[in-house]
Amino acid sequence: MSDNNLTNKVMNIKSHRLSKKEIDDNFSDLHAPLSAIEALIEADRCYFCYDAPCTKACPSDIDVPGFIQSIRSDNLTGAAEKILSENIFGGMCARDCPTEELCQLACVRNDHEQKPVEIGLLQRYATDSVLNNGVQLFSRQENTGKSIAVVGAGPAGISCAHRLAVLGHKITVYDAKDKLGGLNEYGIAAYKTPNDFAQQELDYILDIGGITIETGMQLGKQINLESLQEKYDAVFLGCGLGSVNKLNLDNEDISGVIDAVEYIANLRQTNNKDELMVGKNIVVIGGGMTAIDIAVQSKLLGAEQVTIAYRRSKKIMAASEYEQALAKKHDVQIQYNMSPKRLIADDSHVTAMEFDVMKPQKNGSLKASGENITLKADVVFKAIGQKLVTEGLTENNSLEIEKGRIVVDEHRKTSLSKVWAGGDCVLDGDNLTVSAVQDGKLAAISINETLTQGA
Amino acid sequence: MADLTSNFLGIKSPNPFWLASAPPTDKAYNVNRAFEAGWGGVSWKTLGEDPHIVNVNGPRYTTMMSNDRRVIGFNNIELITDRPFQVNLKEMRQVKRDWPDRALVASVMFPMNEASWAKHIPIIEDTGIDGFELNFGCPHGMSERGMGAAVGQVPEYIKQATEWCKKYATVPVIVKLTPNITDVIYPAEAVLEGGGDAVSLINTINSIMRVDYDSLTMFPTTGGMGTHGGYCGEAVKPIALNMVAEIARNEKTRNLPISGIGGVSTWKDAVDFIALGASNVQVCTAAMVYGFKIVEDMKTGLSNFLDEKGMNSVDELIGKAVPSVTDWKFLNLNHVDKAVIDQDKCIKCGRCHIVCEDTSHQAIEYSTDSGDRVFTVKDDECVGCNLCVSVCPVIDCISMVAMTSGTDPRTGKAISPQASDWTTHPNNPLKVS
Repeated sequence: MSDNNLTNKVMNIKSHRLSKKEIDDNFSDLHAPLSAIEALIEADRCYFCYDAPCTKACPSDIDVPGFIQSIRSDNLTGAAEKILSENIFGGMCARDCPTEELCQLACVRNDHEQKPVEIGLLQRYATDSVLNNGVQLFSRQENTGKSIAVVGAGPAGISCAHRLAVLGHKITVYDAKDKLGGLNEYGIAAYKTPNDFAQQELDYILDIGGITIETGMQLGKQINLESLQEKYDAVFLGCGLGSVNKLNLDNEDISGVIDAVEYIANLRQTNNKDELMVGKNIVVIGGGMTAIDIAVQSKLLGAEQVTIAYRRSKKIMAASEYEQALAKKHDVQIQYNMSPKRLIADDSHVTAMEFDVMKPQKNGSLKASGENITLKADVVFKAIGQKLVTEGLTENNSLEIEKGRIVVDEHRKTSLSKVWAGGDCVLDGDNLTVSAVQDGKLAAISINETLTQGA
Repeated sequence: MADLTSNFLGIKSPNPFWLASAPPTDKAYNVNRAFEAGWGGVSWKTLGEDPHIVNVNGPRYTTMMSNDRRVIGFNNIELITDRPFQVNLKEMRQVKRDWPDRALVASVMFPMNEASWAKHIPIIEDTGIDGFELNFGCPHGMSERGMGAAVGQVPEYIKQATEWCKKYATVPVIVKLTPNITDVIYPAEAVLEGGGDAVSLINTINSIMRVDYDSLTMFPTTGGMGTHGGYCGEAVKPIALNMVAEIARNEKTRNLPISGIGGVSTWKDAVDFIALGASNVQVCTAAMVYGFKIVEDMKTGLSNFLDEKGMNSVDELIGKAVPSVTDWKFLNLNHVDKAVIDQDKCIKCGRCHIVCEDTSHQAIEYSTDSGDRVFTVKDDECVGCNLCVSVCPVIDCISMVAMTSGTDPRTGKAISPQASDWTTHPNNPLKVS
């Protein structure tokens, strides 16, 4: 474990808070997969809407009524083909998409009976059928002789690589980590993707061939954008956000104050979750999915008291109402309008955190109310967002960066003629897996058009 | 509470729900259970000559199901009773003694020779049964031997066999008709000419359910080979209703009592049959899918319905809808309906739009201009076809509303209060001037 992670030098931080069996149960599938009969009955509920609102709500343009119709008719391969041809990570998205805010929110059944079609579960049913049975639906077109570098083996990069490979190009994917998958492997909550699904899905995707993998290759260290542009016909950047935001408090480096992203990565990689060090009183700073994920998983690991402290109001919270409800269901407290003020330490380990209680102003800004709240904490998780690492990216070029993100057009093309980008590293992204996959797909289509023009 | 008692040809039963001649009425055990459950009567599984027939020992039944495994249609290749004649007679006699208030009708099927009818009919009647039902409908197996549908498809045979039965029976004779014909009026009139007291219809429809997608043989098979069966259940009700109504409104047969059969699964189906001319109904598939208990809702549902309509008995309902059934040529061509969408109820699925656009008259506009999905009927294109209503998933969201005045924006013609039909239409080469 890195320095930043927990050790048991503080009494309240320990492993084995729950038995291995309890932890295994806690981290089993969040939603059980549909059985065949459940899928058929649920599929029958789809009205096969015209110009379907669910499809319009899908960031990756999946033809939802189309694939559900194929489930209805026992054409599971056809259903999976409809999904995966738009979104090669259809299996993962079925597991971690906030469907309650996307396709299922748009379902007309909400107006009819306040109960949308379970699109996410149906999508999982369809994609599982080909993934579990190894039915390869894609093949590579004739070799174009073009080669493309993809930086980052997360959903954006692999989506781009897969589409380009289908189109006959030769791809090299560079990733800094040892394992592929990006946040699918290191970030998504463990109970959303049990049984090593991320790697299973990647194996299926990469099985198409034409994609060379180079791990342990980090921008600014082993590789840089400048040389990639020279070596390849095009470059796709799907490097994500390599660094985490800071609270900017005085003693932020004291023991017990941890990056949630890093802790989750460890949690995803360990084979023995019961060995993980877990605090007793945990405070999570943030309001996004990462905050919910670390809070819920801390509870599942046996933490006694977990509180999410969010700077702004409930309405503005980035985590969906569904996710907030999920947290509350796991006895996570969510406190709103709490702005971090001070870390309180004893013997250089955090013992509590003090907050300014904020008062939202009419113009939307926040003002300290003068009231303070102190929460007892032996662990404070920082889940306040991540930022782009520009080393190896912006030297000697004019790559346009705004608000710490790479600027792209609607084809996911950057300001550099041979460089495209997508996923969390680009401006205006929504940090969803499904959007990253879409970015990769759109970039691939654009790269292909550019490279084959006049060919 | 409305009176559900039924008097069909003088055969009295406490309610108009009889079990049709079929597997559920195969023997005393089943029939006793049916009567305990509250069925008004039964038509005993068809009797034939000894030696009794034999059935296959493989699949006799197959269903067509919805995805939630609800049975929509049902197919069978079972033949008539496969028990000795005397065993059936003995049981029938006992059942009638034990259940004197219930109707017990003997379904029979004999070859086209008078001697056979002369031999069997009196012995059967002697058990105390209330009537006969002549099975001229079975479309499989028995028809290959010149009985069942093979008789029902030839009006002359129907007349002949009906005459023979009438000659040797003193109780009423109902003739059960096959739908596997082109015009049900011919067999119905033959029954009348043969002296039959009533008709019952429909028997099952020739059918093959599907193929086996692995073996690419028909499905099901008896060890690899299959044969067509008889189709019944909810799916066949509309076919049965048409045939019932045709007989009920036909000049010659309009007074011929009808026992309605074909997909009766709820009290509503019974209302359909009775209002279109049947005096009672017979049920098989619903019982074979759900068991005998299903009759309970049929009885309370029908009774409550009659109460709501202010009717005191089932008899008051018989034939109520028959006057509304006519030939196409008499439909009022001056009548104009337009679809109206209740925007408050609309859930914006767009099915009305796409079916109208793709397959009908391009009369429902789809707009997202307001940022919302809005579906609007274009009165200048709408022909009132009812397709939108037929596919709308929301109850009472789209309705057909008649224009009573003004001008039809589609044709530019004024709405006429006068009815006018094809018989006088200028485009009709055979019009009555």
